[in-house]
Amino acid sequence: MNTFAIRTENLTKTFENVTAVNDISMEVKSGTITALLGGNGAGKTTTIAMLLGLLLPTSGKIEILGEDMVKSRHRVLGRMNFGSPYVDLPKRLTVRENLRVFTGLYGLLHAKARIDELSAALALEEFIDRPTGQLSSGQRTRVALAKALINAPSLLLLDEPTASLDPDTGDWIRSYLEEYARETGATILLASHNMNEVNRLCSDVLMMKQGQVVDRGTPAGLVEKYGRETLEQVFLDIARRDDALPQQKAAQ
Amino acid sequence: MKDFHAVPQYADRPFDLRRIGAMGLRYLYLLRSSWTRVIELAYWPLMQMILWGFMTQFLLTSDSPVIKAAGMLIAAVLLWDVMFRSNIGVAVSFLEEMWSRNLAQLFASPLRPYEWALSLLFISLVRTIIGVIPAALLAIPLYSYSIFDMGLPLIAFFMNLMIFGSAVGLAVSAMVLRYGMGAESLAWVGIFLVAPISGIYYPIAILPDWLEPIAWALPSAHVFEGMRAVLTDGVFQMDLFINALMLNALFLTAGFSIFLYVFRVARIKGMLLQMGE
Repeated sequence: MNTFAIRTENLTKTFENVTAVNDISMEVKSGTITALLGGNGAGKTTTIAMLLGLLLPTSGKIEILGEDMVKSRHRVLGRMNFGSPYVDLPKRLTVRENLRVFTGLYGLLHAKARIDELSAALALEEFIDRPTGQLSSGQRTRVALAKALINAPSLLLLDEPTASLDPDTGDWIRSYLEEYARETGATILLASHNMNEVNRLCSDVLMMKQGQVVDRGTPAGLVEKYGRETLEQVFLDIARRDDALPQQKAAQ
Repeated sequence: MKDFHAVPQYADRPFDLRRIGAMGLRYLYLLRSSWTRVIELAYWPLMQMILWGFMTQFLLTSDSPVIKAAGMLIAAVLLWDVMFRSNIGVAVSFLEEMWSRNLAQLFASPLRPYEWALSLLFISLVRTIIGVIPAALLAIPLYSYSIFDMGLPLIAFFMNLMIFGSAVGLAVSAMVLRYGMGAESLAWVGIFLVAPISGIYYPIAILPDWLEPIAWALPSAHVFEGMRAVLTDGVFQMDLFINALMLNALFLTAGFSIFLYVFRVARIKGMLLQMGE
């Protein structure tokens, strides 16, 4: 087993004149739940997209589960997955049909058994044969999570998994993720704006700003380091402090 | 929680028919979910066939032996629809992914872009058959004309037009991926660019001299000339068939290459994350 599920080295992504991710070197330990925190435009989604291989870095290295993600992403894609409320599943397909397709794409030979397992675990039975487009946002989030867990990934990347959910559903999802990580030893990297969620789930926090990781530590450690009472206050301190990149200052 | 059912068995293989099958299944589910779409597939070929069928009956009063060749126009209409439908079949299935904003889900999985392209060809074949077969069958009672009487040459024509239409569909899909949904209309009209010089309803010799070499560079021109040879002289011209086949190999390679190249550009520019309605 690799010590680190994720390692990046000088990871940079530039879109024409905009640097979305700037020279990030980081590691995420195997078997941990790590948060990626930052304001809008901090580079979280771009970072996750590069970790998934959906986006090619401009420069730098990405190693996922011991494999070079740029050169041999297909050796590792079967062992990872992701979920985001901002990326849909086809609305006209039923939940079962959507999951059936992904069992095929991930190479699962026992599709029905796996779908039944997830359906029971995530309480999908009631609506599994309904078109995905007819579900409530809470139900859709559970379906997105079922899709993200279809291959029981060793590495799970989640982009705001509880965004726009009521507190009860959000709590239910967090409990499930905790249980999943504990039972499987999977690594979870979580982009979130919900500080309570991060406090509860994550043992490590990466703070992003302007495309860089500007700080990291345990939630409690960061609170102590910044002399604050909550992680949210730490987030605001970092978001509001003036640490623009040299080239941005020059441009101003 | 983690058990045998969830262990990927063939995820790291560079090519796997089951992944293509999964995508094919997905497009079949999409097709099945809307009966109006299935009916729409057959609607236009039926209308075209009925219209040109009556036109043929009218023209049968002419003395021209070419016009008099039984079912020339109906056959042309049906075969043109094979090319048109195969092109649309690829492009519309591709657009379904754009409309669903689903590319990130697909390509975070072990699916390879060339497997996706092959699944688009598969569903294009299904959609073409659903679209054209009812029209071909209806022509039998309506006009006493069966395109199936052509026999084996019909398979050769069908195959070549399917390949050509799909190759154009792949290239058009690549353009939509590259330039976004603003280029969506290309999916519907792109194939019409080659229609005037494919010799669907008239011989290539009718075209201006300077245009003829361009027409002969298209597989479709060889197919429709071949069709006329079968219908007027009862001869299957093997040279036309082989030319069409070789040109198709080039066009299909070009279609795939453009598609895969643009897919890589999309990964550089972040387009897999941005597409949507």
